[in-house]
Amino acid sequence: METQYDAIVIGSGISGGWAAKELCEQGLKTLVLERGRDVQHIKDYPTMALRRWDFDLRGDNPRAWNEANPLISRAAGYDATTKHFFVEDADHPYVQEKPFLWVRGYQVGGKSLIWGRASARWSPMDFEAPARLGYGIPWPIGYDDVAPWYAHVEKFIGVCGSREGIATMPDGEYLPPYELNAVEQHLRSVLREKFDRHYVSGRWAHVTEAQEIHRQQGRATCRNRNLCMRGCPFGGYFSSNASTLPWARKTGNLTVRPFSVAHSIIYDEATQQASGVKVIDANTHEELVFSAKVIFVNASALNSTLILLNSTSKRFPHGLGNDHDVLGRYVGFHNYRAGMSGEIDGFEDSYYEVYKPAESIIPNFRNVGRQDTDFLGGYVIFSGASRRLMDDRDMHGEAVGANYKQAVSRPGKWTAYMYMQGETLPKASNHVRLSPDRRDRWGVPQLVVSVGYDDNDDRMVRDFLAEGRRMLETAGFTHVNATDNHQPPGLDIHEMGGARMGADPKTSMLNAHNQLHLCRNVYVTDGACMTSTGSQSPSILYMALTARAANHAAAQLRRHGRIA
Amino acid sequence: MDRRELLRAIAAWTGSAFVGADRLLAAELPAAAAGRPQQVVLFDEIAETILPRTDTPGAKDAQVGAYVARYSAACYTPANLAILHAGLVELDARAHQAHGTGFLRCSGPQKQALLAAVDAEAKRHAQASGADHGPPPHWFTLCKQLVLFGFFTSEAGETQVARYRPVPGPYKGVVPYRGETFWAW
Repeated sequence: METQYDAIVIGSGISGGWAAKELCEQGLKTLVLERGRDVQHIKDYPTMALRRWDFDLRGDNPRAWNEANPLISRAAGYDATTKHFFVEDADHPYVQEKPFLWVRGYQVGGKSLIWGRASARWSPMDFEAPARLGYGIPWPIGYDDVAPWYAHVEKFIGVCGSREGIATMPDGEYLPPYELNAVEQHLRSVLREKFDRHYVSGRWAHVTEAQEIHRQQGRATCRNRNLCMRGCPFGGYFSSNASTLPWARKTGNLTVRPFSVAHSIIYDEATQQASGVKVIDANTHEELVFSAKVIFVNASALNSTLILLNSTSKRFPHGLGNDHDVLGRYVGFHNYRAGMSGEIDGFEDSYYEVYKPAESIIPNFRNVGRQDTDFLGGYVIFSGASRRLMDDRDMHGEAVGANYKQAVSRPGKWTAYMYMQGETLPKASNHVRLSPDRRDRWGVPQLVVSVGYDDNDDRMVRDFLAEGRRMLETAGFTHVNATDNHQPPGLDIHEMGGARMGADPKTSMLNAHNQLHLCRNVYVTDGACMTSTGSQSPSILYMALTARAANHAAAQLRRHGRIA
Repeated sequence: MDRRELLRAIAAWTGSAFVGADRLLAAELPAAAAGRPQQVVLFDEIAETILPRTDTPGAKDAQVGAYVARYSAACYTPANLAILHAGLVELDARAHQAHGTGFLRCSGPQKQALLAAVDAEAKRHAQASGADHGPPPHWFTLCKQLVLFGFFTSEAGETQVARYRPVPGPYKGVVPYRGETFWAW
């Protein structure tokens, strides 16, 4: 196959797909390298149309399977209906210096097939807080730099949401929101009246009302089957497979090469730029080299960092662009340790119809603009209410028989839940590095992951547990059951950092356009680039940063014929 | 309703966290424990007593007995599987003691009374041991969880007892509720 391209994109997930789309639309011949197998929209969604009773164990995996996959079987949404979009533990070893459950989906589309789809914007304060409150370096960009690219992405992928005018969670270009149900509306008014807080219908990457741009992608209005992670026959939620990759393909400029493990980026000492990517064919183990004028690294936060660490040369013996040991450090994640639920009397003449594939968001209300708690950073709360099934406790002694059957098949009391998504602090000690002696089956050094919680995370958890309970109990909920499950980091699937952005090349890897300070034709636009983690879900920010960076790269190539 | 919500609901039903593939132990399943037809018959009879055919299908229509045997063999730890199987033996012994015959040959009301008594015991056991920790679960807690889960995830349970909308279309946040069955998941 052709080995010379204008652009190479490493990874085909949520940010890689966006890089491919934008670069191809700008007329650049683009090669997307994907380490896993091909997954074509619809054709390769084997469980998409199965009913629950079509699965022997109704969606559970056998015990032996889970025992063979103790890590990945804990991932959110992982079961017999979705497991083909996750790796198997034995295939992809890494070293946990501290407990860190690294969730990976190696296929064309990556984790965009199985993501959570929450797509709220960061606020200006989220970008400013680390420097202002003293827990990180300044972001080299602010909200105004990203806002037009948020809009660009939102319009294309389809994000639903209500316009609220909230400073801590700016409005975007939204399709109609999901309605709140009766108890969610109750929570919304209690939070507004008693707490001056916001309870907002989920800003989720669902096409709630297909526009022309979605029809052009072959996508239709979401039918609310709520089986998203199997892959959606309607393209109702955003994935690379349903959206950006087919769009890029239509330009005629796209080549996707599955089974291509990116080994390293090749640095040309003469031009002082990257000249291409060394690839190991996953099946044949053959070594290949592909060349390009610009390289986008979108392999997922930790894998992008791994590739840069493994890209050594005479000029960069410690990894590409890494003169200062910043590469691999300041890895953050989102703290998902705590959640709670409670039940509430009343509202029994109200129900909903039928499934809502989104949750409500309570935007961060802590340390907004100034330090007002005993911890640094903020947290977002996700929440929802539903009618639970009838409880044996509600049945007045009926335990078996016709009356029991009649009762247990009716909706029971209303319940609501809340769980936190907390910002973590960028620290040099939370890091990843290459194992000196362990390699994977393609000869790539394994990643050593040394990332953990700290006291700040514990204090934030305590605050959420108290505040969540206070909100639920003020709203009239009882039996509030709140827990800190102490789950290891990684299960949040929001790992960030490793090659952070910053204005100062001495303390950061990437500049304001996501270029390596020291090797400008390499852009890193996935989670690895994050200077801080914020508290909102990061995927749509990666998409916006990727689109921005890709257009920057294309403009450079048009103007100079190379990246200046 | 997604699976997580369903499992939470079943935990509320039975006062005990759903026991299944999520609870891992290292030991291997003895091959001999895999679903014996005799057990399927007994599970079916227990399931039908809990969820009988009325104007809608019952547990036997939904082949719940086979599901209970299949699921427990594939997903349970050897310890829990042993508890479940011992429970069947115990139930038969009780039937003999009370009615002079095995559970299968008891009358409908006799079966109901036997299971209601076991259910009350299981709930006391669950209450005493807390929702998720402590001593091993009562066999009838395990059994009832699987019966409920198996029934409401079967085709008959989902489509003819619960309300099933495979492709729902627009979501409505607020609709009046007038006593209908819940949405299938």
